[in-house]
Amino acid sequence: MADPELFRFTIDNGLRVVLAPDPTAPVVGVSVHYDVGFRSEPEGLTGFAHLFEHLMFQGSESLEKLAHFRHVQSSGGTFNGSTHPDYTDYYEVLPAAALERALFLEADRMRAPKLTAENLANQIEVVKEEIRLNVRNRPYGGFPWILLPPVLYSTFANAHDGYGAFEDLEGATLDDCAAFFDTFYSPANAVLTVAGDFEVEEAKALVEKHFGDVPHRPAPVRPSFSEPLPTAQLNGEHTDPHAPLPALAIGYRMPDPINDLDGYLAYLVLAGVLTDGDGSRLQQRLVHVEPLVVDVGAGAGLFGPFEARDPDTFTITAIHPPDVPRERVLAALDEELEKLASTPPDDQELKKVTARWAASLHAEHDRLVSRTLALGAFELLYGDASLVYQLADRLSAVSGEAVSAAAKALRPDARAVLVVKPASTEGTEQ
Amino acid sequence: MTSAEQVKAAHRSAEEIGRTAAGPRPLPSLGHQRAAADLSHVDTVLSNGLRVLAVRKASVPMVELRLWIPFAGEDAMHAATAEVLAETVLTGTARRDRVEIDAEVALIGGDLNAGVDPERLYLGGTALSDGLPTLLDVLGDVLTGATYGDAEVARERERLIERIAVSRTQPRTIAREALQKHRYGDHPVTREVPQAEDVAEVTSEQVRALHNASVLPRGAVLVLVGDLDPQEVPAELERALGGWKSDRSAVVLPPLPTLTGGNVLLVPRAGAVQSQIRLSAQTVPRVDPRYPALQLANLAFGGYFSSRLVENIREDKGYTYGAHSGFEFTGDTAVVNVDADTANEVTAAAYLETRYELFRLGTVPPTAEEVESVRQYAMGSLVTGTSSQSGLAGQLMALASNGLGIEWLQSHPERLAAVTADQVAEAAAEFFAPGRFTGVVVGDAELLAPKLAALGVSTSEKD
Repeated sequence: MADPELFRFTIDNGLRVVLAPDPTAPVVGVSVHYDVGFRSEPEGLTGFAHLFEHLMFQGSESLEKLAHFRHVQSSGGTFNGSTHPDYTDYYEVLPAAALERALFLEADRMRAPKLTAENLANQIEVVKEEIRLNVRNRPYGGFPWILLPPVLYSTFANAHDGYGAFEDLEGATLDDCAAFFDTFYSPANAVLTVAGDFEVEEAKALVEKHFGDVPHRPAPVRPSFSEPLPTAQLNGEHTDPHAPLPALAIGYRMPDPINDLDGYLAYLVLAGVLTDGDGSRLQQRLVHVEPLVVDVGAGAGLFGPFEARDPDTFTITAIHPPDVPRERVLAALDEELEKLASTPPDDQELKKVTARWAASLHAEHDRLVSRTLALGAFELLYGDASLVYQLADRLSAVSGEAVSAAAKALRPDARAVLVVKPASTEGTEQ
Repeated sequence: MTSAEQVKAAHRSAEEIGRTAAGPRPLPSLGHQRAAADLSHVDTVLSNGLRVLAVRKASVPMVELRLWIPFAGEDAMHAATAEVLAETVLTGTARRDRVEIDAEVALIGGDLNAGVDPERLYLGGTALSDGLPTLLDVLGDVLTGATYGDAEVARERERLIERIAVSRTQPRTIAREALQKHRYGDHPVTREVPQAEDVAEVTSEQVRALHNASVLPRGAVLVLVGDLDPQEVPAELERALGGWKSDRSAVVLPPLPTLTGGNVLLVPRAGAVQSQIRLSAQTVPRVDPRYPALQLANLAFGGYFSSRLVENIREDKGYTYGAHSGFEFTGDTAVVNVDADTANEVTAAAYLETRYELFRLGTVPPTAEEVESVRQYAMGSLVTGTSSQSGLAGQLMALASNGLGIEWLQSHPERLAAVTADQVAEAAAEFFAPGRFTGVVVGDAELLAPKLAALGVSTSEKD
């Protein structure tokens, strides 16, 4: 299957555009990725990037509060947005007839969102409910994405809670919003992606028509978030009032995702060798043979791979019974890494992982929303959306030696170990 | 400059940002909508009684497989045995052990998993399309020859008990169990998460016996969607699954009691920082002529983001992150469920507003504008929801369980187009009448009881 054709260009105000036509179904996906995530939020304003994402849905010069939702949905579409370490995305998937409407909606809020004190107060409450739902009222809430970074990292940018502290959220002002918008939400700091059923020339004209007069503002200078590698095992502990069983999260640093993509991909293959499927090494040993844990998983990125620049995190997580000492889990893990470090996995073991990756990338591209978002994120972070279509081949090219080297780099003396303790080790009877 | 300094640098005010010299602009109208292409498909019954829906959708070189087998049981141990069966069905056959199954499926880029609920056993899979013969071979092997080795059963039983402990601390599981019990009493449908002590008793003999008695093709449905030739699928399946047969039919869940309204129960969960509001009322299934109007009434009430309920309790009042209403189809019946999770301080107020919106839906029915909006949404989400292989497979499976097929999917836009605002108003008044609803509120009873009692919510006796 040939790679789909991509059209990439930049309009006068600095907005980068990716067009990915595909006539197989009469639907379109539109996304805007802004180059700002929770690593960029100011100190004292934890959770602000995500709170601001909520505000971008609350009206603009042309649209009153609630109109954005209504116009997308009454065109037959769905929408959402999400905040990541290094970017914030907004998207719609709609019947193809609604393409111009979707472009209008995104352009209008890029040009002139209506930021009001009333909407800010309302969305602070909504975000607090979101945090209660996903973190505070739930077992293993925020595990490990909120709890692990402060153990592994030492700078505010990398270590703080991207969902935010309630007092920071409550302290956010309208002026903070205005400053954040003017700094980070300029067209020169964004990527527009359109994928699906459209004519390229017509789409180009529509992009120019709606986004062309969003005034240029310079993109902010992006600071480096790099920090030194750990030189010892870093330990952290968290007591979870709702968790019935202890859990562990181990965090390691990874190669620079952008400047050493192939090095990064070796860690993805390693994650598969470790925990993907019943035959994987840690599933076999820790779950089925010994058995020490209830569940174990490994992967790149706090929400998945390809959503952050350097530094990015390789995580291994496990939930285990209270009578299994965590030292045994860690020792077994280190032994398995040691084995991989000295003897590379063979071709069959690699093929299992890379065939599953190839299939999951196909499946991701088959869902228009995932494809649109992947193209936008790669254009923003890597400067090249077409990398999305090369990933399966590049993963298949990862050698056993590269996986071995990645395993060797996951050293006990350069990692973070977060322990989650249940508030009570009693049963869960009520 | 650091990013913090950049943010503090000179910037416009919020008011200046929200204004341009040209002023507000008009919303562009919709363009021409091309219809989705007709999909070549086969809908047939194999010699063993298995219904098969195969659809060609070659957007990527993959196939999606879904198998639903009616799998009910009234025995007190059924839920526990069925859960252990689902956890161990893929752990070995005479021809392949657990690791070999995983390896064979992995090498075709595939995935095969199993799950169970009180109504059905579910097997789902994907693979690169040239791996379909392998996927079907493994599936056939598992359906006819799963061995349920003692060691595998013992290990999965133990793991399941630990997972049940984790599951029962999830607010949504707690709320779901409370709702099931309150609305359906002891009916087998309530046993969604088995009791840990029952799971501990399950033997491999019992699991094998359940497989022999209940993993049956007659009455089950298999959906295949992807880069395949549907015409060839029945013969391929006769080859791969021909050995899977029985004279008996798969076991169907006994009909559910019809829900009657009233009596919303406060179920205590000490120390909770958020409450789960769960309301439910009897409605009608997809085949009922009133269903399209009911579907639109539900969307207007709480079935999408631009609904009355979400606009009220989230976007206006900030009481919740998400409020939602939607259908739950079981056998030939359907109910509508209304859900919201809210902080303790606003639970009573959110409950009141939810009831208020139920009253209002009947007395101030959806306007012509609301009806057009939900109609477009319903038609558009059919197009977007079925534009991927997995989305289409999921939709077809849901329909197949009601005896429907791809023709229903293709003709549904016409039914939605034909619904009048009066029909939506009638459906709203009839099915969303507040008196029809029952339900639970799960939360910190000490804090919630006084206010909720004033709203007619009684407190459960058991803590």
